[in-house]
Amino acid sequence: MPPREVPFRGGGFAPRRIPNAGWLSFLVLVGLWELACRAGLVSPFTLPAPSRVLAALLEMAGSGELARHLVASLARLGLGWALGATLGVAVGLAIGISSLARSIGLPLVSALFPVPKIALLPLLILWLGIGEASKVATIALGTFFPTVIATASGVDQIPKSLVRMAQSFDLAPRAIVVRVILPGALPGILAGARISASIGLVLLIAAEMIGAEHGIGALVLQAGHLMRSDRLLAGVVLLSVLGLAIGAAIGALERRLLAWR
Amino acid sequence: MRLRAEGLAHAYDGIEALGPLDLVVESGERVTVIGPSGCGKSTLLAILGGLVRPSRGRVLLEGEPPRGSLVPLAYVFQDFALLPWRTVEANVALPLEDRLGAAERRERVRAALARTRLADFARAYPRQLSGGMRQRVGIARALVVEPGVLLLDEPLSALDAQTRELLLEEVLGLTAGATLVWVTHHLDEAVRVADRVVLLSARPGRVRAILPVPIPETERGRPSALAELARLRHELWDLLREDARRAEATLGAGPVDAAA
Repeated sequence: MPPREVPFRGGGFAPRRIPNAGWLSFLVLVGLWELACRAGLVSPFTLPAPSRVLAALLEMAGSGELARHLVASLARLGLGWALGATLGVAVGLAIGISSLARSIGLPLVSALFPVPKIALLPLLILWLGIGEASKVATIALGTFFPTVIATASGVDQIPKSLVRMAQSFDLAPRAIVVRVILPGALPGILAGARISASIGLVLLIAAEMIGAEHGIGALVLQAGHLMRSDRLLAGVVLLSVLGLAIGAAIGALERRLLAWR
Repeated sequence: MRLRAEGLAHAYDGIEALGPLDLVVESGERVTVIGPSGCGKSTLLAILGGLVRPSRGRVLLEGEPPRGSLVPLAYVFQDFALLPWRTVEANVALPLEDRLGAAERRERVRAALARTRLADFARAYPRQLSGGMRQRVGIARALVVEPGVLLLDEPLSALDAQTRELLLEEVLGLTAGATLVWVTHHLDEAVRVADRVVLLSARPGRVRAILPVPIPETERGRPSALAELARLRHELWDLLREDARRAEATLGAGPVDAAA
């Protein structure tokens, strides 16, 4: 048999990021949308042009309306998420390190986690009234469970040898929690924060659509009732920006706290 | 310090994993523990270090700890057990926190890093280091507390052969005069390190033989000592071979290590 060159067979299956491809495709999509609207291919009531959405956004920003909605939403989301995440980390840590907490907590959390928390909003309104408390509680409940699960699994993923190492140097249990367990579970906790923040955003909008005067959810709902699809989409854009901003903030936190990775 | 194990035995889920056995490690003595896979040698070390509660028996620590000792028993782990989010110096400082003031802590860490030739890597993270250097951090962390007894669980097993050889010489130098118990599955390592080699039987690990190594540590690297070390290695392997073969055939039949 004559000698043959061995063909290269190892390519592909290793996707890499193409610089600026994301931004460019987004701009192309928005451009096509604008062109379709201007050419009269799409009714402005069904889908207003991006330029009209931007104009609505700027108009609301100028009148102060945007700030009112944004502040109301951020306050609810911030408070609810902080409450849910703080309690979630505490309970998740307890489940991660205590047999009693694990035996009691894990079945409870597993049973309640799949319940859509928005279904509990009417009950929370009955208990806490239609005001801020029921909205904050819905967001807190929705963010609590994923935080518990992310924290507990973050603790589970810490190699046991690290805890044994700390014990071999007679570190006090509190020192082990602070110096080994918490930093070791931090990647899991921050991954959970991403998930719980997006769940919090969904619950925020749902809660604001049920009973709120201000807030992005209320803005979107009111715009829909008035058939102001430009304002409606302005609210959606705002939500998208808010989601991206939260993701970027958590990303920055990860880069700072998990630089060792 | 002197370490004495009396009537130690350990079982997991009803399976006898270790003992009963008695063992004395005299002050300043180096004891290596070797045995077939799954014989419970790492479990024995974990029990000696108070990391696993034995089913029966007890471990006694006798004598005064060295001056400046902060922890009587220090452990060196096979997988290094370094905190990946801490730098080298912060890993070495871990056992000193809450025990010493900042200035004394810094000085002890500096001295430990200098002894282990890690001073230039004080600010590096474990992921930036080679396996050998990571284990040097583990050793520096154990030495920084000036322990009375040093327990080493297969400290060189995760390293390649050349690094193992280099680090072995270094560790022997660093721990000169220390009381140590060194678990290994390498025959060469067992005879190179020890004043006495303790050979455990297949599970449940019991003391099958104790081989003294009658060559001063300082002479073990010399050609004149090689023949005697080779003879001891051969004797050890003769004793171990059948158990090792049996263990290899039955490995996986039950849990072997509770310390992990």
